[in-house]
Amino acid sequence: MIPELGNFSLILAFCLSILLAVIPMVGAARDNLLWMKLGRPLTAGIFVFLSISLIILGYSFVTDDFSVAFVANHSNSALPIQYKITAVWGGHEGSFLFWTWMLSAWMLAVTVFSKAMPEDFVARVLAVMGMICVGYTLFMLATSNPFDRVLPLPPADGADLNAALQDFAFIIHPPSLYMGYVGFSVVFAFAIAALISGRLDAAWARWCRPWANAAWAILTLGLSLGSWWAYYELGWGGWWAWDPVENPPLITWLLGAAMIHSLAATEKRGVFKSWTVLLAIMAFASSLLGTFITRSGLLTSVHAFATDPTRGVYILGFLGFIIGGSLLLYAIRAPALKSEFGFGSWSRELFLLANNMILVVASAAILLGTLYPMVYQAITGGDLISVGPPYFNTIFVPLMGILVVLMGIGPVSRWKKTSAAYLRQQLSKVAIAALVLGVAIPVVLTLEVPLAAIGTAVLALWVTFAMLGDLWTKSANKSTRLAGLKGLSLSYWGMQVAHFGFVMTMTGACLTSIYSIERSVLLQAGQSADLGNYTFVFNGTEPVQGPNYIADEASITVIRDDEHLLNLYPQKRLYTASGTPTTQMGIDGRFFRDLFVSLGDPRAGGAWSMSLYVKPFVRWIWIGTLFIALGGILAVTDKRYRRYKVRRGEAVSVDAGNASVGAATALGSGGHGS
Amino acid sequence: MRLIHASIAAVLLAVAALVLPMSAGSVHAAAVDVYEFENTEQQQRFRNLSNEFRCPMCQNANLTSSPGGVAADLRREIYRMIIEGRTDQEIEEFMLNRYGDFILYRPRLTLQTVLLWFGPLLFLLIGIWAAFSIMRRSGGGDSQLTTESLSSEEELRLKQLLAQKENDVSDKA
Amino acid sequence: MKNLKLYIPVIGFVVLALLMWRGLYLDSRTLPSVLLDRPLPDFELRALETGDQLVTREDLPAEPFILNIWGSYCLPCLQENPIFMAAKEEGVIPIIGVNYKDTDAAAREWLDDNGNPFNMSIIDNSGRYGIDLGVYGAPETFIVDAQGVIRYKHIGVIDYQIWDDEIMPVIAAVQAEATR
Repeated sequence: MIPELGNFSLILAFCLSILLAVIPMVGAARDNLLWMKLGRPLTAGIFVFLSISLIILGYSFVTDDFSVAFVANHSNSALPIQYKITAVWGGHEGSFLFWTWMLSAWMLAVTVFSKAMPEDFVARVLAVMGMICVGYTLFMLATSNPFDRVLPLPPADGADLNAALQDFAFIIHPPSLYMGYVGFSVVFAFAIAALISGRLDAAWARWCRPWANAAWAILTLGLSLGSWWAYYELGWGGWWAWDPVENPPLITWLLGAAMIHSLAATEKRGVFKSWTVLLAIMAFASSLLGTFITRSGLLTSVHAFATDPTRGVYILGFLGFIIGGSLLLYAIRAPALKSEFGFGSWSRELFLLANNMILVVASAAILLGTLYPMVYQAITGGDLISVGPPYFNTIFVPLMGILVVLMGIGPVSRWKKTSAAYLRQQLSKVAIAALVLGVAIPVVLTLEVPLAAIGTAVLALWVTFAMLGDLWTKSANKSTRLAGLKGLSLSYWGMQVAHFGFVMTMTGACLTSIYSIERSVLLQAGQSADLGNYTFVFNGTEPVQGPNYIADEASITVIRDDEHLLNLYPQKRLYTASGTPTTQMGIDGRFFRDLFVSLGDPRAGGAWSMSLYVKPFVRWIWIGTLFIALGGILAVTDKRYRRYKVRRGEAVSVDAGNASVGAATALGSGGHGS
Repeated sequence: MRLIHASIAAVLLAVAALVLPMSAGSVHAAAVDVYEFENTEQQQRFRNLSNEFRCPMCQNANLTSSPGGVAADLRREIYRMIIEGRTDQEIEEFMLNRYGDFILYRPRLTLQTVLLWFGPLLFLLIGIWAAFSIMRRSGGGDSQLTTESLSSEEELRLKQLLAQKENDVSDKA
Repeated sequence: MKNLKLYIPVIGFVVLALLMWRGLYLDSRTLPSVLLDRPLPDFELRALETGDQLVTREDLPAEPFILNIWGSYCLPCLQENPIFMAAKEEGVIPIIGVNYKDTDAAAREWLDDNGNPFNMSIIDNSGRYGIDLGVYGAPETFIVDAQGVIRYKHIGVIDYQIWDDEIMPVIAAVQAEATR
């Protein structure tokens, strides 16, 4: 009975979504205030009913209701309670419900934080999100209902949650990834509302930016958690596999990064308007594409959920309707979004343009690589190729290199026009210092000429020094330096922190790729193996009895320079219920390096095979992403965006000014987009 | 401000959590081969080659990360060939002759993969061209902030508006 | 002209969507064998029937035959065994087994329990010959013509439908070639 309530609640959410997609939109077109205002209560209703559905699904898991097919397939009565709850998003149907619920949560947030926006605009935004919600709920009801029953003969016990998902990182990775992913639909809805109304001004950009920053910051965390999980879970030191399911979130992230930069220019200078809108559409499209790839089985991947062409056809139809429709709307309406007057060479606009160009090219290249096996199969009539990490690294790394070079210059440059002399004055010392130290440090430390490490160091120092120089310059006009630093806006700090994080992630990724070493050895108790500067001594194994597993725990002493450094205790476990063997790695993670040991198998005579790894700087990858996310959050909290009660007159006057200038100059009438 | 402090504290805590020692679980019994190499260069080659080939029977994983079955056999073959002194080129041909293009994670450059390998470069060229054309149209040629179509009177008005807007923006910031 | 450029994204998207729609119906899971139309790789291995004596390609039939990769651990092999048994009884075509990554004892026991459809089972303990054949797991089935050239490969289990619709026509064709 209770699962039926969940189903019923889902149907109600679907019905309300239809109303939300239609009524406020029509109201905005006919200037009917009552109809427009219906958007908020309808949104709240959708949120409530989807919440009820989600809670009921959770309840079905907690109460072991195996008559619900989804529960039977993804849980087991012996599963610990926290995993029973997270099993809600441990499979296709439940995760889609969770995803849709996340959308309704974002919609609710829009209703809460939109008091200062014009009613017609909010109505259109909510209606567009309502359309998306119609698509999602209908998809569930039609093809993947989490409340489907196995009646009349329910199984006695469930098939259990995939063992890989019984993990802490997996409790938090999907929610953060989904939350960031779905957040882009808010910005998308803003963009569509702007296209429909033909109104895209500085105020629009100001409303849009916190949403874009928040979604992007959360997506950063979601991606980072996924990568961290892969690193410690998969047991061979990899942290990014360029899998077809990993790539669309990265594309969304890159397009999102391009969008928040373009939005800055749109807000401050009124340029790139139609381009910003196009980026918002593309970022959302890439998030739908990710859904499509994950849930249709289009591409072979380790992560793919279900391989059901019906679902694929449905999502593709939805994708075609929403994205095809949006892009058509864009083509028709973009000329109405008049961008502003021009900008000079070396201006910040120009560097943002270059940044966007690189980010979009990188996204396009990843999309090409991801879909190419399918294209190849279609061209050759059935032949298969694989496009994997070696390809993506070859393409991606140089592009990021260019991006990092620009990252040093962009923040220093000024809006509208920067004189070349100013840039030279600001950056020549930075460039020299980065070159000298970037070459000297790796050479001194390694006593070689490691070209890749030198390149990494020069680029990292280039951005860091440019950043410090910029902070120095910008904090100069106050009584004290500290006051000067405090006086800088939070969005400025957000930018610098995020840039710093990005450089840290890139540096960590490069250095760990260059300097990681590993060795697989067969050791008897008492024997040791050297790796780098470390000696790993195998002290033997001991049997360990866990709550639901038995294990052999190895004790390994790590020695450096004849000094005892630490002990690692990797385990080889056998889960008694399912008979699944697992490896529990011994990891020692420090700021500058990780040591880890992955235990293999016992061999003749009490010897064990094991893999030893030393991975320098690997942690920088994830610490950097935390700074990126922090930067995004700082930018959201800038008080400029918290002043929700914007005086209407102000926004209108800027708008009017823009319009008249736009008309007078007839410049860039949406042509920026192409 | 409280929100900001809280978020900074959260990040610092997370950083601390990342740096602290920890042990972690794996459900995939990772592949551990015990192969003795003559030198580290051979070991490095073994690792690189195992990363370049796709495990034929897995969903999407390279030979390094696949625990058993044919992936282990193929790693053994790579090891054998490295010890026999075969070049990377020869090892790649060995794989190609048996498993076809599917096994190479780095696709060969052929007529059908030209677009794959040169597509990104093409995108970059298009991007640069687009950026330049936007810049030119926006008066990017140094001092040409305005177009020829503006009379001096209009130009004056434009400058006034610019200044006015600039003030607006700086007020708000 | 300027406005036409704005249609580029939507046109690009339509192309992409059509491509993905096509992609939904492509099978990206079965690898085409590169060994098609190439001679069966050489080998020098023991066979279950010959004890310690090594067999080579010379010991294989001079007429078309089926080469089936199997193992006692392989559940789908159990499923396709009756088809091969029937084919053997009717004398459709000789069937050569490659006992892939198995132990002799387990293999013999499996054949005793389930029936032996093979004229001969070559033993590939290490999986080395499997690599030469581009095999990635049992069961896989090849059809080799009278000249010793691989003409067909099927990955995975064979059911009656595949046998009737795909395998039998190929067998008929290679046998017709051989008698000509």
